[in-house]
Amino acid sequence: MEDQKKDTVKMTGSQAVMESFVREGIDLIFGYPGGAIMPVYDALYSYREKINHILVRHEQGAVHAAQGYARASGRVGVCLVTSGPAATNAVTGIADAMIDSTPVVVISGQVGSPLLGSDAFQEVDVVGVTQPVTKWNYQITRADEIPWAIARAFYIARTGRPGPVLLDITKDAQFGSLDYSYRPVTSVRSYTPYPSVDPGLVEEAARLINLSSRPMALVGQGVVLAGAEKELIEFLEKTGIPAAQTLLGLSAIPSRHPLNVGGLGMHGNYGPNVMVNQSDLVIAIGMRFDDRVTADPKRYATSARVIHMEIDPAEINKIIHADVPLLGNVKESLPMLTAKVSRNDHSKWLEEFRACERVEYKRLVEREINPDKPEITMSEVVARVSEAYDDDAIMVTDVGQHQMIAWRYFKFRQSRSVITSGGLGTMGFGLPAAIGAKLAMPDRPVCLFVGDGGFQMTIQELGTIYQSEVPVKIVLLNNNFLGMVRQWQELFFDHRYAHTSLINPDFQTIAKGYHVPAVKVTRREDLDKAVKKMVSADGPFLLEVAVEKEGNVFPMVPAGASVDEIILE
Amino acid sequence: MKQEFTVTVYSENRVGILNQVTTVFTKRHINIESLTTSESAIEGIHKFTVVVYATKEEIDVLVRQIEKRIDILKAYYFSQDEIVYQEIALYRVPTASLFEGNEVEKLVRQYGARILEMTPEYTVIEKTGHKSETQDLFNKLDPYGVTQFTRSGRVAINKLKKEPLNSYLRKLARNGVNPEIKTD
Ligand SMILES: Cc1ncc(C[n+]2csc(CCOP(=O)(O)OP(=O)(O)O)c2C)c(N)n1
Ligand SMILES: [Mg+2]
Repeated sequence: MEDQKKDTVKMTGSQAVMESFVREGIDLIFGYPGGAIMPVYDALYSYREKINHILVRHEQGAVHAAQGYARASGRVGVCLVTSGPAATNAVTGIADAMIDSTPVVVISGQVGSPLLGSDAFQEVDVVGVTQPVTKWNYQITRADEIPWAIARAFYIARTGRPGPVLLDITKDAQFGSLDYSYRPVTSVRSYTPYPSVDPGLVEEAARLINLSSRPMALVGQGVVLAGAEKELIEFLEKTGIPAAQTLLGLSAIPSRHPLNVGGLGMHGNYGPNVMVNQSDLVIAIGMRFDDRVTADPKRYATSARVIHMEIDPAEINKIIHADVPLLGNVKESLPMLTAKVSRNDHSKWLEEFRACERVEYKRLVEREINPDKPEITMSEVVARVSEAYDDDAIMVTDVGQHQMIAWRYFKFRQSRSVITSGGLGTMGFGLPAAIGAKLAMPDRPVCLFVGDGGFQMTIQELGTIYQSEVPVKIVLLNNNFLGMVRQWQELFFDHRYAHTSLINPDFQTIAKGYHVPAVKVTRREDLDKAVKKMVSADGPFLLEVAVEKEGNVFPMVPAGASVDEIILE
Repeated sequence: MKQEFTVTVYSENRVGILNQVTTVFTKRHINIESLTTSESAIEGIHKFTVVVYATKEEIDVLVRQIEKRIDILKAYYFSQDEIVYQEIALYRVPTASLFEGNEVEKLVRQYGARILEMTPEYTVIEKTGHKSETQDLFNKLDPYGVTQFTRSGRVAINKLKKEPLNSYLRKLARNGVNPEIKTD
């Protein structure tokens, strides 16, 4: 009776964690148990009907899986890990989520509060360690802080520019009891997730757009995070402005949209890299001018005014000066802008991009995807797989040459179809991220491209795939090299291949050990059949392709160069 | 061109904020010349005053990177002519030095310093002022045997008509955003 009057229920801290997850709509978490998180796992046992838990094989995998889940679905990914080594294992994933703005909540167990600071067994100052790589973190030492902290964690992780949040819960707080009530957080005084859009600046941006004869849009992941794909297309179609995408912005616009002019940056397309220095107006939409996009920023967008549409004030003027810093959520600012701009057509300007595209096709793409040499290229594998999926799958990649090739040659129809480690470039990201993506979107095919190096960084997650029956498709592009590093050694270190050649295990045997059906292709004539087999398999599948050993990724903007110095071969 | 900036940061009163403020500078190898922190005039809000050398472009970005941290309310930067500021310095000299001629006493008068405490053994002199002034006095006193010298970080007040933080908090309150109440 007393409880009802106060609208609270008595429970333990651990139960409060579970109950708060349920209130936040969480039905899936990734994790790995251990001493300091056992009370929470015990509570999870009682909630197993409501919350599914995926047991990974390494805590780094738990975070990458949560990232894949979040990136594919837009929902917050959740991880549960124990203290000390488990929390430090999670750090790489957290850092990856931070730099790629991925909403993830990580709960780590911690030693009991009386032991804090005493170098207790499995004690690490996790809040200190993760401070630079979290959007927010907090140590909970009392059970009654749990509902507040979890509500705040989810609010902060998913709003504004999303990011990872870590809550470190001492064991006594997990065991302790509280009078539970849950109030979702709807505002935090010191945090402005969505800066208000200044109509004067919208006006100014529209004026520049209406005057421009060579405008170009640079589309970043911000558009996807805001769910503003439709608003973007409306803006582009009204103005007729050609749009290029960053690594993480890819798939925000369908590959075959007439205004899509391709990818930006180091291994992006020839046209957008060259044309950005011909443009008189660059409209950056939810992107942050990463150095892999701009190369030498002093020689970027050299003859253009810049409109920067951005949610994070700290990105304005950080790399490239914005003539119009249009702060705010692009979901809100894009329609305001669309309303103010005149209908236009830039077909002559667009034709210049198409001309570059033809040059790139003739000099590079054609022989990449239809090679006349005997060795199989990574590009042709990617192109065949994309075709087999009718250009409609979630493409996940690891990091290296295969990543850039997959990003260049896979095609897309829907948004949220590219899941790759952009800002951090984390080898080992791919396999667990693919698991998370598939669990988030069971009705969409999920296809991972991975290298022989990175595969071995998180290969143990094949165990997760087997145990939890996750039907991800894995394309292993095996060149027996740490290919991307080898490419740099070839081009910039005088062919001195210092420790980049790999003597690999038999991946077929490994797959067999994990009960994952697998095929290895070494001859071109077997490729199509193997791809079909993979695509039509019901469960998980590993397609290993022995690709040319010393292939290079082109085009390429050499380090320190200007984007228009991009080389095609 | 690098110049001196005084950065004032207002935050919620939570553990670990200082580290979040300082790493924004140290990440870029910018040395912190001086740092003061204490509760501000507004209950529950902490104030940090940081002095650094940076370019205008740098400081502009750095302040927004500080503000980006969740528990930071606001951060502002000021060039030297936009603020009134003080530091405080304490000097310990042997009391005997005051009796060997009147030089020390003359310096205290001349520099507007004052004697804070006097024992038979030592005397503590206090001076407030800018760094150059407190340093100057140190240089003058040193020949008389300064046994300890310490200087505080900077405290600063801006010359703006309205305190920008107050306007900001009022705006938040108008929009219904109030300080959080934790559980219990
Ligand atoms: C964790 C980590 N360690 C090292 C690197 C540096 N690195 C970038 S790409 C690459 C080679 C990747 O080799 P592989 O997985 O075989 O892919 P490939 O380039 O051959 O396609 C390396 C070592 C990295 N990005 N991440
Ligand atoms: Mg390789």
